Amino acid sequence: MPVATEHQPPPFFKRGPAPLARLLFFVALSLSLFVVDLRYHYLDLMRQGVALLSYPLQQLARSPGALSARAGDYFASVTALQEENNELRRRQTELSLAQQRYAQLAQEKDEVGVLGQVTRAYTMQSEVTLVSDKGQAVPVQVGRNGLRGVVFGAGPGVLELRYMPANADVQPGDVLVTSGLDGVYLPGLPVAKVARIDRDATFTFARILCLPAAGVERNTQVLVLGKRASPPPPPAEEAPAAAQRRTTARRPGGKGG
Amino acid sequence: MQTHNRSSRLLLPARQSFIVGSLLAALVLNLVPLGVAPLMPDWVALTLAFWNVREPRRSGMLPGFVLGLFMDVAHGAVLGQHPLAYVAVAFGARALSRRVLWFTHWQQALHVLPLLLLAQALMVVVRVAAGAHFPGWGYFVSSLSGALIWPALSMLLLWPQAQPVEKDENRPL
Repeated sequence: MPVATEHQPPPFFKRGPAPLARLLFFVALSLSLFVVDLRYHYLDLMRQGVALLSYPLQQLARSPGALSARAGDYFASVTALQEENNELRRRQTELSLAQQRYAQLAQEKDEVGVLGQVTRAYTMQSEVTLVSDKGQAVPVQVGRNGLRGVVFGAGPGVLELRYMPANADVQPGDVLVTSGLDGVYLPGLPVAKVARIDRDATFTFARILCLPAAGVERNTQVLVLGKRASPPPPPAEEAPAAAQRRTTARRPGGKGG
Repeated sequence: MQTHNRSSRLLLPARQSFIVGSLLAALVLNLVPLGVAPLMPDWVALTLAFWNVREPRRSGMLPGFVLGLFMDVAHGAVLGQHPLAYVAVAFGARALSRRVLWFTHWQQALHVLPLLLLAQALMVVVRVAAGAHFPGWGYFVSSLSGALIWPALSMLLLWPQAQPVEKDENRPL
């Protein structure tokens, strides 16, 4: 009688291969992957495919770190921006101040000219009689042709070139410079610019109104020029020559040390 | 099914989508770039062991193999290193599943610890065979932390199954 027990009965439930068989299968698969990858480098394509599939997961895994880094960056940059803003605001204030002063100074620099004469000097301050003062007279020359004259103050901001013949060669726009004949002002400083000329035949002299070259009553910075002094006398010629002789005489002794 | 075999509390069957989702979440956790952090447990190995203990019929070694491939590519390891370890974990957990469920969570953790150590040892062997240096004994701390976290992970992964079938507002628990 044939023994039927050599055959196992068919399973009640379909369960697939036994766990041990699966284990061996997967272990073999892993080891072959290992060998192929290590020895032959044939699996780059597969690696790329898996990397492509896992990319979203990796991004997901990285997102908390990236988010925190980005938040850190954000707050750091906000702080940096605030500091930078404060610094910039401070610098802008400084610069605008400097620029304002520069503009003022530039305007004053353009208005270079004789402002007046120091008439009283105190310890801390001095009084200046402006060229536009009624009692102030400045000897001038017309810059264009050297014609001499005297300019008098004629009220605030106005000068008058008096005692010029009606046919004098003076034109509107001529620049009047100091002639230096009075020994007070240095020659060649601009004083005024001719603004208007009335040549009336009934008067002997022409009426010439000028505007001061310096910003009279507008400036804050003035340069005080001293009186012209005679240059110091040339040094005596004997003293340096004697000194030189003495130094040459000492030199041999100095070398001995 | 119960939380463990001595418990009288009955559980719902686990949904397949939850099993797959938890495995993917474990993979994402493993991919979080932490630099050198030996305390970080291998979440994929843990979750794989959990599902192979709980549902040996519904999570086999294939998920372990596939997740291992992902880990290899993500870590730039030799292909086959993680699959081998995870397949071993899955097989071991499956073999232990009849026994482990008689124990409490902490005793289960003691059963899981050798599995995790085995997986790590396999990975070290493969790495050394591929030409890497021995990473040092601190590398195996990750298995200890994995075993320590096993009870919490078990409760977390059992939570959806522990929901009552019919919600009753008046029921005290």
